[in-house]
Amino acid sequence: MSRAGFIRFLVVAVAIVVLEIACRAGLIDPITIIPPSGMAAGAWKLIVSGRYTEDILLTLGSVALAAMLAIVGGFGLGYCLFRLPRLRRALDPLLASYYAVPTFIFYPLFIVLFGLNRLPLVAIGFMFAVIAMAINTLTGFERVPPVLRRTARALRLSAPTALVQITMPACAPYLFTGVKLVIAYSFIGVIAGEFVLSGAGIGHQIAFAYNNFDNPTMYGLMLLLISFVSGLNMLLFVWERRFYRRRGLT
Amino acid sequence: MAVTLDKPTRVHGRLPRSVGFDRLLLFLALLVLWQVLSWIAGPEVITSPPATARKLAAIISAPDFVGHAYETGRAFAAALVISLLGGLVIGLALGFRRLAGEVAEPLLVALYSIPKITLYPVILLLFGLGVSAKIAFGAIHGIIPVALFAMNAVRNIRGGHLRAARAMRLTHLQIAIHVLVPATLPEIVAGFRLGFALTLLGTLIGEMFASQRGIGYMLVQAMETNDTATIMALALLLVTIATTASWALLRLDHGLHGNEQH
Repeated sequence: MSRAGFIRFLVVAVAIVVLEIACRAGLIDPITIIPPSGMAAGAWKLIVSGRYTEDILLTLGSVALAAMLAIVGGFGLGYCLFRLPRLRRALDPLLASYYAVPTFIFYPLFIVLFGLNRLPLVAIGFMFAVIAMAINTLTGFERVPPVLRRTARALRLSAPTALVQITMPACAPYLFTGVKLVIAYSFIGVIAGEFVLSGAGIGHQIAFAYNNFDNPTMYGLMLLLISFVSGLNMLLFVWERRFYRRRGLT
Repeated sequence: MAVTLDKPTRVHGRLPRSVGFDRLLLFLALLVLWQVLSWIAGPEVITSPPATARKLAAIISAPDFVGHAYETGRAFAAALVISLLGGLVIGLALGFRRLAGEVAEPLLVALYSIPKITLYPVILLLFGLGVSAKIAFGAIHGIIPVALFAMNAVRNIRGGHLRAARAMRLTHLQIAIHVLVPATLPEIVAGFRLGFALTLLGTLIGEMFASQRGIGYMLVQAMETNDTATIMALALLLVTIATTASWALLRLDHGLHGNEQH
């Protein structure tokens, strides 16, 4: 492990131990925060009991659908903006301010449009995530070194071949960042929607547990969710590293 | 390819009209699109642009709006100061201290990517029901992107600048003010633009769940009664505020560099 990695591990471990001790010693009110061991126990009980399996699968399914749509749609949108620089320049202030509006306020509107099912939540997750992917795709395309474009032209590659074999690998770091953000944002969108107005899913169950002072369940669900998202990001990170190494880019 | 993009800067020179004209065109196109969507879906699902504007005017002129706006503005201003200044200080420090940056970066990225909305019960339990919970929720949304932008910008500063600063025996504060900030201004502004939008989002979410006043509260009320016109009008108001701020920061950035007009 690198020196930085070791220090990072120590920092996290010490923080968890301090929190555990502070909770056990009664410095922190158990109504506010329960000790980390309690959270882990809560999470384990949730998995074993199977009571929340249906909600978890429901949320994961919606997030997966929203994320896939956002990756494809965002990539297409980013590519279109790249090819239309006038539109891109005019749109610039709107792209930066897009995230100021909580997308889930349109939930009632989506319910009317899509019906009372999971589709409105998917739509919220998609809307929340698609612009992040588009912005990153756009930035990536703009940062491709001109020499690579010239090479593609010199080799007389067709536009699709150049896109797949030259442009996309060249802007891979930006695309990876986009995908990571899409995952985070579709989780945020779907769960925020569930928080507010849904009767099922992880977000609803966290809000339900909160309202009932059921801290082990609430923190357990949060821990599961956060570990899952972090784990997914870590997998992507490892894959990304391997991808760069195979191309000799590190 | 009709237009070959060798450098992004060259594109600007090639464009025939000013960006202001393009923005006007885009604005009109969005209005038309909105109106068409409203016709397709029906006015009770998507309120038409004129009706939304009328509704917004009615909301703003209502006597209780000033109180709501003041409540949101107060919380947002405090959260914004914490996000921007806090993020800037954290980012500059972590970028300057290489080891600290290496230790902290994956942690920051992990924090940035977790759905912060799940943490809202924890924030409520820690800060109670009130303005401090809203400020905290706004700040945790905005502070990390600002810090990440500033940190990466400082890392990319050419070594010569920093060696010169050390040779002149500048203090850390002097290095930050005279070297780090001027050298990284474009990235800092980019971070501020994102930070502004996300802090506003965080403050509004905080208000939606944990408040009896403010624009977020008005939104929740409208959602619960399925009052589409109010939702659309408030969304329009928020988009206008955030876009204006983002555009102003962009202007500021270009003004400071003295290059092309935007």
